[in-house]
Amino acid sequence: MESSSQTRFLAAGDTALVVEFGDRVDAHLSALVLALGQKLEATGLPGVVEVVPTFRSLMVHYDPLQLTHADLQRAIAPLLQGLEAAEIAGRRWRLPACYDESLGLDLADVADRSGLSISQVIERHSESVELVYMMGFLPGLPYLGGLPSEFALPRRENPRVKVPPGSVAVAMAMTVIYPQESPGGWHILARTPAPLWDMARTPPALLAAGDRVSFAPVSLREYERLSAAAAAGELRVTPEEVPARGRRA
Amino acid sequence: MKGALRVVSPGLMTTLQDLGRPGYQHLGVPVSGALDHVSLRAANLLVGNAAGVGALEIAYQGPTVRVEADSVRIALAGGSPTIDILPPEGEASSGRRLAPYESARLVRGQGLRIGALSGSSVAYLAIEGGFDIAPVLGSQSTLIRAAIGGLEGRALRAGDALPLKQGATAERDEVMLPPLDLTSRARVRIVLGPQEDHFTPEGLRTLLGSTYTISQASDRMGMRLEGPALEHSSKGYNIVSDGIAHGSIQVPGNGLPIILLADRQTTGGYPKVATVISADLPGLGRMMPGAKIAFEAVDIETAEAAARALAADIADMASRLAPVRHAAVIDVTRLMGENLVSGVVNAREASGA
Repeated sequence: MESSSQTRFLAAGDTALVVEFGDRVDAHLSALVLALGQKLEATGLPGVVEVVPTFRSLMVHYDPLQLTHADLQRAIAPLLQGLEAAEIAGRRWRLPACYDESLGLDLADVADRSGLSISQVIERHSESVELVYMMGFLPGLPYLGGLPSEFALPRRENPRVKVPPGSVAVAMAMTVIYPQESPGGWHILARTPAPLWDMARTPPALLAAGDRVSFAPVSLREYERLSAAAAAGELRVTPEEVPARGRRA
Repeated sequence: MKGALRVVSPGLMTTLQDLGRPGYQHLGVPVSGALDHVSLRAANLLVGNAAGVGALEIAYQGPTVRVEADSVRIALAGGSPTIDILPPEGEASSGRRLAPYESARLVRGQGLRIGALSGSSVAYLAIEGGFDIAPVLGSQSTLIRAAIGGLEGRALRAGDALPLKQGATAERDEVMLPPLDLTSRARVRIVLGPQEDHFTPEGLRTLLGSTYTISQASDRMGMRLEGPALEHSSKGYNIVSDGIAHGSIQVPGNGLPIILLADRQTTGGYPKVATVISADLPGLGRMMPGAKIAFEAVDIETAEAAARALAADIADMASRLAPVRHAAVIDVTRLMGENLVSGVVNAREASGA
């Protein structure tokens, strides 16, 4: 499929240009965003500082001393011609996650709100294969989309001041995983020992936009064993398939 | 160990900053860097460093530091505090002071006591050679929220030792710059968008026709404004998250603008009514909580011309370096005796510096 005629160029001041494909959370739009990002990086256009894919748009950060808004728009327009959503092949991950109620602090509440039992919540959440739409908010934090409608919940009315690192949380039919302790308003279902952000790794983020993620439920005991291994730097989490994606800056 | 700068007292919020760490926003990593890159460049120029070498960003109230190296060359630019030169411990105070925008050589045991800033909320203390601290993702900038960069990813604390790249420096003529004009524009220039269509025409008139007050709740991540609320259009105040630029003005449900600064998040889900132009960002970074701010919409070509003009100003800075005319440090006792201190200060204020 090609990009639609709805593509818009929007100025975000004189140092960033937004290429907007739509206004929805949609896997096809996301694939177009990622494809454009890869194509633009491949051109090596001087003055482009970095590209940031989001759900439905690509933000291109640039140096206005090397490139004007008009120049950049002229350089991107031909890349949109025949832009193929199918170019992206992200990695496939199955991350260990412990859905014990001592860690999945909102399991009971989500079960209550969604009309499911706790075991149904765990089953439907862990078995869903979600797409990493983008990374944002905190270093290494992925926004995963593609949960069933039972998880289309608004955020918590009272956000937590401290969400424990590794927390797997849902809202709006999406999942986020908090790499570090941070404030957060999403409903916590589980905790993963997988190190999402590790400065000793290149790149330090485990996941990247375009990857697909599901969760493998583990017992509390297994979670503790894996966590200890992660703390010792000995837990290696690898994708299920060999990466087949383009260069990322 | 080539020596260190020892932190005796840390000041209100002193962090190591350079020109930031672009290139990792797609992994969720904020860019960070100096709130006022013009003053950072000036401080580095004075000590002979490249423009982007990491320096101490001082907010509001300066630190006291002591030299634990054979000799160092330092300079401060930005908000102008009093800077007392401390003698080695146990020696009588000389009452000597260092002026901002002047380099000086200090030797082992001497110290600097940097007071409250005026004229800007930030100042930069640069040291010849810079700090021997490993960059994180290509930058020494401190991002406290994610605990990366700088010294252990945090603000300075009493007792910290900041390792130096260079443990000694030769005597040479010290240099000075005319103080930068730190006055902020009466109207900060913005380019409307990318989501100005999430506001009613009345909402946009409110933004462009009102004077706002900078909230005390502002920080390196965002400058919160108090004043008339902007009216969102029927499209509402939630958008599907998209990218955030330096200077993006996001407007959450309460209608009050937040200007996103150095430590801004990489993406966000509130509509962004406009973006401050890059040439006006250093001035914005200098503004104190409680100050008034108003906006003027300009087109992208005007923003680009302003960016080129600022770059030309910065490039011209080196040509304004001059040898220090008096002794490298001011002897305050002597100046007081000659009743010259207030004259110096007033001359600077009169020149708009």
